[in-house]
Amino acid sequence: MKYVDEFRDPVKARTLLNEINELIPKIEIVKDRPLQIMEVCGGHTHSIFRYGLQNMLPCEVEFVHGPGCPVCVLPMGRLDDCVALAELPHVIFTTFGDAMRVPGSKKSLLQAKAEGADVRMVYSPLDSLKLAKENPDKEVIFFGLGFETTMPSTALTVLQAKHDGIKNFSLFCNHITIIPTIKAILDSPQLEIDGFLGPGHVSMVIGIRPYDFIADHYHKPIVVAGFEPLDVLHSMWMVLKQLAEGRHEVENQYNRIVPSTGSVPALEAVQEVFELREFFEWRGLGSIDHSGVRVRDQYADWDSERKFPVPNLKIADPKACQCGEVLKGVIKPHQCKIFGTQCTPEMPMGALMVSTEGACAAYYNYGRVNITRNSAAATV
Amino acid sequence: MSAENAVRKRVGRLSETTINMAHGSGGKKMRDLIEDVFLGAFHNRLLAPLEDQAVMNLADLAANGDRLAFTTDSYVVSPLFFPGGNIGALAVNGTVNDLAMCGARPLYLSCGVVLEEGLSVNTLRQIAATMREMADAAEVVIVTGDTKVVERGAADKLFINTSGVGVIPAGVSISATRAQVGDKIILNGFLGDHGCAILLARNELALETDIKTDCQPLHDLVRKMLDTCMDIHCLRDATRGGLGTVLNEFAESSNVAINITETAIPMRENVKGACELLGLDPLYLANEGKLVAIVPPDKADDLVDVMRKHPAGTEAAIIGEVVEAKDAIVVMQTAFGGSRIVDLLVGEQLPRIC
Repeated sequence: MKYVDEFRDPVKARTLLNEINELIPKIEIVKDRPLQIMEVCGGHTHSIFRYGLQNMLPCEVEFVHGPGCPVCVLPMGRLDDCVALAELPHVIFTTFGDAMRVPGSKKSLLQAKAEGADVRMVYSPLDSLKLAKENPDKEVIFFGLGFETTMPSTALTVLQAKHDGIKNFSLFCNHITIIPTIKAILDSPQLEIDGFLGPGHVSMVIGIRPYDFIADHYHKPIVVAGFEPLDVLHSMWMVLKQLAEGRHEVENQYNRIVPSTGSVPALEAVQEVFELREFFEWRGLGSIDHSGVRVRDQYADWDSERKFPVPNLKIADPKACQCGEVLKGVIKPHQCKIFGTQCTPEMPMGALMVSTEGACAAYYNYGRVNITRNSAAATV
Repeated sequence: MSAENAVRKRVGRLSETTINMAHGSGGKKMRDLIEDVFLGAFHNRLLAPLEDQAVMNLADLAANGDRLAFTTDSYVVSPLFFPGGNIGALAVNGTVNDLAMCGARPLYLSCGVVLEEGLSVNTLRQIAATMREMADAAEVVIVTGDTKVVERGAADKLFINTSGVGVIPAGVSISATRAQVGDKIILNGFLGDHGCAILLARNELALETDIKTDCQPLHDLVRKMLDTCMDIHCLRDATRGGLGTVLNEFAESSNVAINITETAIPMRENVKGACELLGLDPLYLANEGKLVAIVPPDKADDLVDVMRKHPAGTEAAIIGEVVEAKDAIVVMQTAFGGSRIVDLLVGEQLPRIC
């Protein structure tokens, strides 16, 4: 497949791996412990497992799977709100596919659908707007979630709804922002992260300058990375090269997609429709200041939270759940007390087990070979 | 001549263009439906008497082998028509293939239908005609049937159940428990066509491609394979759940590990592309004309040669082998040079956000 196969070339991969192997002895930290490189984005987690990248890399390099799976970090209370909205009479509740299975405290949207709620999977918020036009006697709600990657398309849909005078469409806004979250992780006392693979598609929107603080203030290298396996290996090589040379900079490996200034029209649409919330609750990480957005007052007519009674209950994460520690890289998914026993993709307790982008689900589905390999290596 | 005319005289004709509750009432309307649509399409010696059961000669069965295979499957697909086929094609080939997967020669099918009132009679005629065409291609006869009509909303247009009877030749012993370390794994062609065609036919994605279902009977391919190697160990068609599921079933039943190579799996470029766009894993896409065989290593190349000469196996390939391991797992060597576990899917595949 053109423009895809080029980025999955195993020969080029070998060359990169050889160079990565040569860099390892030049990095000081490796003498004490394995390097911990966090991939912020769930898309990277998916690629790492799908292509088996972890076991291609030398064992001195470990991935820490970051918070960038929007489905995973959604707190249970918000899911309950979704179900409550979906169960209102005359509502068509629309959502991206992978949010359907995320468990709320009582049920998931998939269960609510089975029990009669009109829940529909869409591929774009514009599909929801179309549904609203086709069903003038219904209220169509779009479950907006995701980082800056999906924010512009939601914002543009709200603008379109206003332009077309569609009053029976509204947005249940759960969009979150990546920067405050990375900062919260960097401020965590237990943290041992040596560098970051920066989110590719978020950066396509926000550019690479917002990451400057990671290099300037926290002295960590960050490389904005693409999602094909060669992109990930190449970006890893760039991070390791910085570490070997004692540099900490913001670099852009994904420059075929990511302009360093981001996308001005996308940012304008986001700015027009959304404003920062004072704080937003994250699953596993707790409340993080300014980490979520809400719909501005002038678009209140398209804001589900203002149009409908939203219970807005706070539901604590299950006690046994160690999602937070996994998200911060303090423990690996399989080191969680309930991994694979009380918490499996079939019966997920923690959010990281739900989406295939979630670190735990990825470990469970694809990665157990590596666990065996790593634990065998550790005992030698 | 005069006897045939007498039969023709009492053949009912449907006057309506859509199905209503009366067509399931057991009265004259139902008889009109059965005679016009189903008998009209399936017409054969065993079905024609319209008794409550088909009666077949034991000696005819015994001539084909020494054991009977019996299977049933229900078909509920939306939309009813999709590129390259319709629900009728699935209903015949699906059951024929289930029989073929134990090496049986498929002989007779039943056809039970549940119709939602309001279904167009023309649609039903088209589907019945396809079933006849597919039955002829698969060398089976539809010998008994049943018709029910339910109120609007109680079913989605049309559900079909087919059961099938076939006979297994003496000496054939195919079972999911027989995979042995060293055995080779063969797939008969492109993966994922059917699953992709259905997804795209639902028209929610605004993607245009020419992907067609791979729905086809596999009995003759299996017959040729058995002619080459009577000792095929495992055989299963990779329908719902796809290749990933079948391989896990084999690994578990035989308590072995399976190693497959991503680059060896035949897949069309457009199917790969659709999966990329939608974030789907082609290993779990449904197929309706693909089989996975586990065979003794010394027979694998001969089998692939024979399969490639058959229209249902032109792209046949060895995609992996059975290996020694302490866990019954399936591992794939990725095209990129890594490896990963191919596990059973939990629930439906859901497209990813971004």
